[in-house]
Amino acid sequence: MPDPEILTENPWRSLRRFTDARIGLGRVGVSLPTRELLAFQIAHAQARDAVHLPLDAEKLADDLRELEGLGDPLVLHTTAETRDDYLRNPPKGEELDASSVAALEEAAGDPCDLALVAADGLSSFAAQNNVAPFLRAFLDHVEGVSLSRPVIVEQGRVAIGDHVGEILKARAVLVMIGERPGLSSPDSLGLYFTWGPETGLHDARRNCISNVRAAGLDYDRAAVRAAWLLSEARKVETSGVALKDRSSEGEIDASDRATSFLAAPSEG
Amino acid sequence: MSHRFRYRIGDRTHSFATLAEVMAKATPERSGDRLAGVAAGTAEERAAAQAVLADLPLKVFLSEALVPYEEDEVTRLIVDGHDAAAFAPVSHLTVGDFRDWLLSDLATEEALTALRPGLTPEMVAAVAKIMRNQDLILVAKKCRVTTAFRGTVGLPGRLSTRIQPNHPTDDVNGIAASILDGLMYGAGDAVIGINPATDNVAQAIRLNRLMADIIEQYAIPTQSCVLTHVTNTLECIEAGAPVDLVFQSIAGTEEANTSFGFSLKDLAEARDAALSLKRGTVGENVMYFETGQGSELSAGAHHGLDQQTCEARAYAVARHFEPLLTNTVVGFIGPEYLFDGKEIARAGLEDHFCGKLMGVPMGCDVCYTNHAEADQNDMDNLLTLLGVAGVTFVMGIPGADDIMLNYQTTSFHDALYLRRALDLRPTPEFDDWLAKMAILDSDAGFRLASDVPDGFARSLKRLPQDA
Repeated sequence: MPDPEILTENPWRSLRRFTDARIGLGRVGVSLPTRELLAFQIAHAQARDAVHLPLDAEKLADDLRELEGLGDPLVLHTTAETRDDYLRNPPKGEELDASSVAALEEAAGDPCDLALVAADGLSSFAAQNNVAPFLRAFLDHVEGVSLSRPVIVEQGRVAIGDHVGEILKARAVLVMIGERPGLSSPDSLGLYFTWGPETGLHDARRNCISNVRAAGLDYDRAAVRAAWLLSEARKVETSGVALKDRSSEGEIDASDRATSFLAAPSEG
Repeated sequence: MSHRFRYRIGDRTHSFATLAEVMAKATPERSGDRLAGVAAGTAEERAAAQAVLADLPLKVFLSEALVPYEEDEVTRLIVDGHDAAAFAPVSHLTVGDFRDWLLSDLATEEALTALRPGLTPEMVAAVAKIMRNQDLILVAKKCRVTTAFRGTVGLPGRLSTRIQPNHPTDDVNGIAASILDGLMYGAGDAVIGINPATDNVAQAIRLNRLMADIIEQYAIPTQSCVLTHVTNTLECIEAGAPVDLVFQSIAGTEEANTSFGFSLKDLAEARDAALSLKRGTVGENVMYFETGQGSELSAGAHHGLDQQTCEARAYAVARHFEPLLTNTVVGFIGPEYLFDGKEIARAGLEDHFCGKLMGVPMGCDVCYTNHAEADQNDMDNLLTLLGVAGVTFVMGIPGADDIMLNYQTTSFHDALYLRRALDLRPTPEFDDWLAKMAILDSDAGFRLASDVPDGFARSLKRLPQDA
């Protein structure tokens, strides 16, 4: 047990049942106790590694080969040559390099309904851990939809889907990409859906489903939402702002006076 | 192309075609200016540009707009609002002379206050480019900018903090848990400000009420803010929500502000609406702005300018609306704009200096993302430097980890470190409240109570004790 004269614990730490925020850490004087400093260091190290450890694209391709209903994965690369180049020059992560363009053109068959693109983005952990289980769930919801061979892109940004989709002449593209890692979520996968992909599209044309991971938005719910986006987009033939928020309409009621435990009606 | 600006070093001549090019190439190195293609190509070219810049008269910025007057309402705000009489004491100086003047004993607190309406953001950005970090700190420390709503922010020897109780699903008890954590660590006198996860009017109304209920119940001399779009806040006010402060992210060009979905007219309208509620008790500063180098380039609206000059122009927007608080979110934008801890620290000091010199109540979100080359030690360094410079406020978040926005900013513990290291108190009103509630004793070396104060202990007891 820590000496209470040195380390003051915070009784409200129990409120962590309401939040993942690092509340009630306790203190030594006014500073962070050693145990909390070390816990932070570990979380930060994981987030850093998520950014800098390269995606094992061959391993991911093997994982995808085990899923029934998918074609053989293609592994491609953007014009960003190194991680440093990728971080300093975002546009380079939005364009396939010349050999990848050639490989993709050769592989392109008839136009498909949906191109599937997995990319490392800012967290290789996210793509490595979550793309295969997400697709396993997603495949249950896309009967009758023609899918591209899954394309794995190294050093990719969200807009890489536009380039891939354009070459494949896909009617829509779903980019599964590692999001900027947080301390509590180093492996968050983002899903970006775009109807009519072509290079140069604005972000306003995309729909995003965020935080897909075992401890976040689970694969089944993410799959249902992604499939909803696809089926709605096929009706209105667009994506982005025009589809936005309709799936969550009516969830928030401004007249909801549900207040917090801090301001509950007093003494009653 | 004619080259108006030349500088000779040995047998090499460095030439620059435009004032904007001189400004950009004189800027200390940062990734965003390289990404924009406006940075100096070599270290010597940068030093030559600084020498050229130092020799230019301050007046050049009055005759030569970096973004055309006809095309840009921020330029019009700057030019139309310039006060020639206030400018007179320094109107004969070059940029280099101006640096000397600022550091000299002529530049007293009173002289700097009187000068403000005579300074344009471009003049301020220019001189910052030829100042070292210690210059930026020393001059900023001389600038006094005081604002008020339910507390008085910016007094000498004071440091305020924002509680930033963000939650990934806006859960009311999750948010309240972070607010309680902050209050128990003596934070929250600048504002309790939530970035909503779901950004719409209904949610903003709900969160405004949540915070108003807490502030009222414990009679906390602070103010709340939901960091939603200015047009959303206007709708909240029209719907009768208890809005203290109006938030908006602002930038230094009209085009960038348009991409944020607002014009100066929207800010004026929302400010009038907030003023009409008369919710302030000791002052009427009702705006809260956030800025950050790189937002103009990010919006493709930088007009070929460097990011620090664009940023200073945003402070011209801020000061026009007399905000309670303005906050440069310096490390949030990512390494393509500010690559590492060194670039983030430099930008934080520049922003604080430029804002303060122009009369803006400048705080700083001392922060970084996990894809930037930075860590907690870099944040300790910048926090300490800004504390010495007299920063108005910093963020406070449980354990430095924003679980909604996925970045690291300063913690409640960090602010207390700065209070102890530099003897910095919260606002007088909040300091009294903390003493009365037996939370923090500033007179006794910023000692925190070991028990939970009565009122808050009762709230905790009301909770079911399951885990």
